[in-house]
Formats: sequence, C-alpha cells, structure tokens
Amino acid sequence: MATVLNSMDELADNFELLGDWESRFGYLIDLGKELPPMDAADQSEANRVYGCQAQVWMKLMPEADGRITIVANSDAFIVKGLIAVLLMIYSGKTAQEILDTDGQAQLDRLQLAGHLSPTRKNGLFAMVQRVRELAQTEGAEV
Amino acid sequence: MSAIPERIRDDFPALAQEINGHPLVYFDNAATTQKPRAVLDAIQKYYEHDNANVHRGIHELSNRATATYEGARDRVAQFINAPAREDIIFTRGTTEAINLVAATWGAANLGAGDVILLTELEHHSNLVPWQLLVERTGAQLRFIPVTGDEGTLDLSVIDNLLAGVKLLSLTHISNALGTLNPVAELCAQAQAIGAVTLVDAAQSAGHLPLDVQAIGCDFLAFSGHKLCGPTGIGALFARRELQETMPPYQGGGEMISKVEFHKSEFNVPPHKFEAGTPNVAGAAGLHAALDYLDAIGLDSIHAHDTELAQYAQEQLSGFEGIRIFGPAAERGGLVSFIFENVHALDLATLADQQGVAIRIGHHCTQPLHEKLGVPATARASFYFYNTRSEVDRFIEVLQKVIKLLK
Repeated sequence: MATVLNSMDELADNFELLGDWESRFGYLIDLGKELPPMDAADQSEANRVYGCQAQVWMKLMPEADGRITIVANSDAFIVKGLIAVLLMIYSGKTAQEILDTDGQAQLDRLQLAGHLSPTRKNGLFAMVQRVRELAQTEGAEV
Repeated sequence: MSAIPERIRDDFPALAQEINGHPLVYFDNAATTQKPRAVLDAIQKYYEHDNANVHRGIHELSNRATATYEGARDRVAQFINAPAREDIIFTRGTTEAINLVAATWGAANLGAGDVILLTELEHHSNLVPWQLLVERTGAQLRFIPVTGDEGTLDLSVIDNLLAGVKLLSLTHISNALGTLNPVAELCAQAQAIGAVTLVDAAQSAGHLPLDVQAIGCDFLAFSGHKLCGPTGIGALFARRELQETMPPYQGGGEMISKVEFHKSEFNVPPHKFEAGTPNVAGAAGLHAALDYLDAIGLDSIHAHDTELAQYAQEQLSGFEGIRIFGPAAERGGLVSFIFENVHALDLATLADQQGVAIRIGHHCTQPLHEKLGVPATARASFYFYNTRSEVDRFIEVLQKVIKLLK
C-alpha cells in the first residue's frame, strides 16, 4: 500500500489515518520493503551502525551539487521501515541542512515512540547520530 | 496436568495487567520473574517496622534487622541443603557471586598455565569473570563443546578435557537453550582429579529442588530475582574449608575484626566477604520468596515448567520454517527458536504489540550463538504462574506476526 511519498507531512498524515498498530506496522514494513537496495559490498563493518538489536549498515554519498544521498539497510523489516523514514527526513539534503534538522522531532510526529522499546529507540537514536556524524565529516570535507 | 492451580496468579499483582490493550502474557521469566504479594509485603514490613543497620547495633531495631538478615542466611542454607549457615555469602546476584569466586579463590589459587574448564553454554557472567582472571594470572580457558541445536554437552571426550583442570565452572540449566546439565556427575569427575567446582544455578534455583550436598559442588551461585525474590540480592554457597583460604573480596565495614591505620584483621567467613551495609530488605524479600516456593513445592514447579516448555515446543513445531533449539528431554522451562527469513527483533516487537513478552538476542551467550550460526534467537521462558492457555495465546500471536511479516 506504500506509495511514493513527497514529504514527512504526507507520511505523518498516513500514519494518523492508519490508527491501529497492525496497519501502522504493516505500513512501516511495506516502506522498508521499498527501500532502494544497498550494495552487498557496502554492508561492511565500516558502514555498520551499532546500538540496535538488528544489524544496520549506512553510507552517505555526496553528490556533485552538495546534496547527500543516504543508502542504508537492515536485516530486520521494522528497522528497514524506520530507515525508510529516516531517509525521507535526511536524504537529498546538504550536510548543513542535515545538521539543522531535528530528526527526533520529525520521528515523534509519527507517534511510533510508544510502540518501540527503549532498545529499539536506541537503535533509532544511533542511526540519527550516525547520519549527523557522517554529515559533519562530509560538511568538513566540502 | 499440572498440580499448580491457576488461581496462584492472583498472588502476583504485575500479572494482572493489560499491555497494548491485551492481557499480559509474561514469558520472560529466565530474565527475571514476577513477585508475589508475600515478597512485596516482607520488604514493606521490613522498612516499616524493622529498618536499622545490622550486627553491631545495641538497640531493638538493629537486633530485628540483624535477625532478619541472618534469618535469611539460615533460610538460604536450608533451601539448598548447605551443611552450615556460614557456607552462605550474600551477594548482589549470580554475577557478583561468580566474580567473587574469581577475584578471591581464583586469584589465590590459579596461576600461569592452570586450566579453567567451562562449557560452550555459559552465560557471559560465567565466562567474562574468568577471562579477566586469565588476563591477570596467565591461566587458560577450555570448553566442553555443545553438540548443536539440541544444546547438550558432548561428554565423549570429557576425560581429555578434564586433564590438568583446576576449576570446573558450569551452568546447571542453560539460559539460552534450556539444557539441564548433569552437574552432579561432572562435579564428581572433576573432584576425582582434584579440581574445584562451581555451579551457576541462576536458572535452576527456584525451578527444581537444589541440594548442594547431592550435587557435590564447592561453589554454587544464584540470584533472588529469578525465583520471585527482589533484585539486588543473591547468594554464593562456598564450602567453609575453601572460604578459610580465600582472601577478602572488597574492603570496608562489616568485613573486619580490627582495623589500624596501616593494616587490618578480617572478620570470620562469611562476613569477611560481605563488606559494607548489606541488602537487608533484599534478604527479607528473598526469605519470603523461598518460603513461598517451598509452599508450592519445587518438584511441582519443575514439572509445571517443563510441561509448558514441552507443550510450547510441540505447538511451535507446527510452524513452517521454524528452527527450534534445545534438548527434547532433560531440560528447563524455556524454548528458543528462530524463523527462516524473519528477524527475531521483528517478531518480539510485534508480539509485544499484542501483550506477549518474550526475549530476543544472544541472551548473554554470544559465543554460543556464534557457534550455532545465528545472530539472535527468540526465547519464551516459563514459570509456575504461566498457563497452557497463555501458550495457546502466544502461538496465536505468533501466527498473526508471521502473517504480517511474510
């Protein structure tokens, strides 16, 4: 049921409409399934994000125009869904825009927090931290 | 059918709640158990009526607190059939108990080249303290291998493995796979070659009758919170002859008999190993928990636990693409499993949405999971207050979860 979404507004609206946990998680899982594939070679120790009970890999790729494309993957469906949401928040932005974005506030709009254990939340937090760290490095190199 | 009536659940306030709009199904008992009102009342009563510092006080409350604390020591000794009350050292739990043995007996008795024999089933708490000791002393670790998914110990070469061993330390029941190990036989074999033995009873204490004299071990460790008691209290059984030879664990009050500016004389065992103000309220709660369990009967509890594990295993085996771990017989009350192409994290997250609490991960047995070739397993662990209908609910929830994830 997931379609191409243009903004977090649209995503938040969809979550709001879905109401019960089953459809919300189903939707999240579907978003994860549509995640652009990550090269197997990129799913390496160097790109590993720790802090989640599942395996997560993430790579930031700066484009010629200064925008940063993020590719990421996980071996758990729900985490892949969360990655899809994170990409919606961060991917395609410049390093400075990434650093200026309050990712936690965006995630809170989806009202998923109550459904996710602290461990999972830590996993999310770890992913947000990693995006920011990598963006900082990219920003410094420009 | 189990001899334990379902109304026993009424004794546990935490069980009577809804999680995400569904009745709680608590299947994470290997991690910690829920507490009956009798335990909660004992802790409350202690603080409301008897709270004081123990041992040297002259006043009435201190006498009561001492009686509470030392009474719990008697009760623990009785619970595991220790020859004497002095054999019991109170600790924060199993982890601290094993660390205490490593830091005292281990440091005094193990040197370069000495062999510590463990099993591949061990919880990190019966592995990492020995690794730290190895770093300090140059001793070495050796492991009794596990056969595979069924998780039993491969004892075919035990004689070779035991050669030159100074310490055998092993788990009674595996927290990850549920294997019930033949600890009495192994301790006898180890002692025959002069080795000292330690049994990690974290998963067996409160789950089956424990008798340290029948097991024949030198040390045995368990935690209060895994047998209906409070967190932060546990016990180490340590044979007195060994305690006499062990240096102190931590320094401070309670563990000394005479202190001068430059040296001290130490209190007699077990007090020598209990520095500082002890967890008296915890001891009161632990005492109440042991009374509670003995009133139910540990044979009944063991029968109930294993019957539920058996039933869950049967029900789970009906799922397509499931891989179930642990032995068919000689087991404790838990079942571990994974599904092909389904991450355990997804499973547990969605089960929680429906009120079912299970644990996933490596269960503090990372090397064992490495050997089995799985990053994580899902584990449902039972106690006497769990029911067959809860297992049915768990299976129904799993069916729904799998459907959602496929």
